[in-house]
Amino acid sequence: MPDLSVLTARFDPLKPFLPWLLLALGLAAPFALSAYDLNLLARFMAMGILALGLVLIWGHGGILSLGQGVFFGLGGYAIAIHMKLADLPQGEIPDFMVWSGRTSLPLWWQPFASPVFTLAAILIIPTLVGALFSGAVFHRRVGGTYFALITQALALAFSTLIISRQDVTGGFNGLTDFYSVFGFGLAGPGTGSGLYWLTLAVLCVAFIGLRWLLASRFGMLLRASRDGENRVRFLGYSPTPFKVVAFAIAAMLAGIGGALFTLHAGVVSPALIGVVPSIEMVVWVAIGGRYSLAGAIVGALLVNLARDAVSSAFPELWLYLMGALFIFVVTLLPRGLAGLAKGKAA
Amino acid sequence: MSGSAVSDLLLSVDGVTIDYSGFKALDNFSMTLNRGETRVVIGPNGAGKSTLCDTIIGRVRPSAGRVLFKGEEIQRLAEQKIVARGICRKFQAPGVLPTLSVRDNLALAARRDRRWWKSFGIGIPADERLAVEEALDTVGLAHRAQVEAGTLAHGEKQWLEIAMVMATGAELLLLDEPTAGMGPAETSRTAELILGLGDSRTVLVIDHDMSFVEQLAAPVTVMHQGKFLKQGSIADVRADPEVAAVYLGHAK
Repeated sequence: MPDLSVLTARFDPLKPFLPWLLLALGLAAPFALSAYDLNLLARFMAMGILALGLVLIWGHGGILSLGQGVFFGLGGYAIAIHMKLADLPQGEIPDFMVWSGRTSLPLWWQPFASPVFTLAAILIIPTLVGALFSGAVFHRRVGGTYFALITQALALAFSTLIISRQDVTGGFNGLTDFYSVFGFGLAGPGTGSGLYWLTLAVLCVAFIGLRWLLASRFGMLLRASRDGENRVRFLGYSPTPFKVVAFAIAAMLAGIGGALFTLHAGVVSPALIGVVPSIEMVVWVAIGGRYSLAGAIVGALLVNLARDAVSSAFPELWLYLMGALFIFVVTLLPRGLAGLAKGKAA
Repeated sequence: MSGSAVSDLLLSVDGVTIDYSGFKALDNFSMTLNRGETRVVIGPNGAGKSTLCDTIIGRVRPSAGRVLFKGEEIQRLAEQKIVARGICRKFQAPGVLPTLSVRDNLALAARRDRRWWKSFGIGIPADERLAVEEALDTVGLAHRAQVEAGTLAHGEKQWLEIAMVMATGAELLLLDEPTAGMGPAETSRTAELILGLGDSRTVLVIDHDMSFVEQLAAPVTVMHQGKFLKQGSIADVRADPEVAAVYLGHAK
């Protein structure tokens, strides 16, 4: 790897203040950015929350998931269903259901009318699905590439299911046209800034929580299981629960990220959660640095910013560019941008 | 089993067969180990020595026979439960955890409560720290405590893994080729280390470096083609024509 440490060396005196500087910039963003740009930034930060989960499972657990879109989607659809119901006049059902020939609300939609149920669902459903799914797979000692392939199949199955059940999911178009959330008008003054700050707060809490988790004995055992699962097992630990808990936490973060993203984007659809978006999520983290929490956030922000800039000008070009970036990072920068920043120390 | 031997008997491998679809890695194999004993198992390649370790720690499951530890059948227990009963193994290729520091490797080994929901603390509790520092001193790695275990020299990795196995507090230590890849000086140190374990531990050593086996001066069990062949002092075994034949490769 080329020595690029000169690029970062001169920022060193700033290092202790860097987190506070970034936090101050983050807090001040609503006063400096246009509503459109603020909304973009908030979306990317929601994706950053998901990216943090990938650092936990992929970087430190060695568990490559090509199915994080599923959990992103579970959180996104949970909040979307709630908003669809909240906006409805009494006794009516969403318009897309009428067009599909339904006359009544499906039973499983009904509890989402409750804000409390919805919030609980956003936190619990992705976590539970992640725990049960990974528990079933890891219990059988399936790992590595096989696990990645199974998660990809899960993403494919999930997006196919949503597309095929048009009458209850909105199908390919997904769910959109939201007007309010928990009593706040989405177009109202201050809602954009409020949701942005909420996203920033969740991102910070997730970041700090994971830093602690990775420094704890749990983090040690996760890395130990990644590098020598047999040694861990024959030191008397069962590696499976550590991997399952990590995967469930990553699924929860993906679900929270998906719910926040849906609030900012005003839409959730299969195009955001299927196989290709799930791979893109891994690419953000590969580029930012899969061992680094800060790197993953930077990766999610930069890649999505670049995607936005490039695909608005040359829509065809983006996938090629992302592919090239991915190959570049995997071959030359296995620790991503974070590895570059730490080049001096290494 | 005779009643009088029970108090001394720690491990009993009783008629164990490991069948890899027709190939018997262990074939009706039996042996016993008493508390505090050090025993060396030798045999040509493919004799079933490592399979014996695999069987005792639950990595492979016998198709016939029993493994008794302190009188209790363990051949169907989950691996981590076997460790909890007091058996720990050093693998042939050093099995240290490469991205953790030497100290953290030992801290994980010294940990008694290994349940996941008790793992969210940061740092090493005082009583475990003591065991960790002791283990570091025993194998002479105190000055290397902070480095990543993956950066250690090969011999140091072997010692670290021996220290980890010791730090688990296990009563029965299985050391699978602890001197593999070591020079004569390192081999002697390893022998001292094992002899220094004293009477409190029962040790089963697998090796085929005869000078090392002589330094251990322990009873030897010879295996051949998954079967028990001979047992006795190193001198007895050396003088045995059957053992010589096996090692020279023209056994019946």
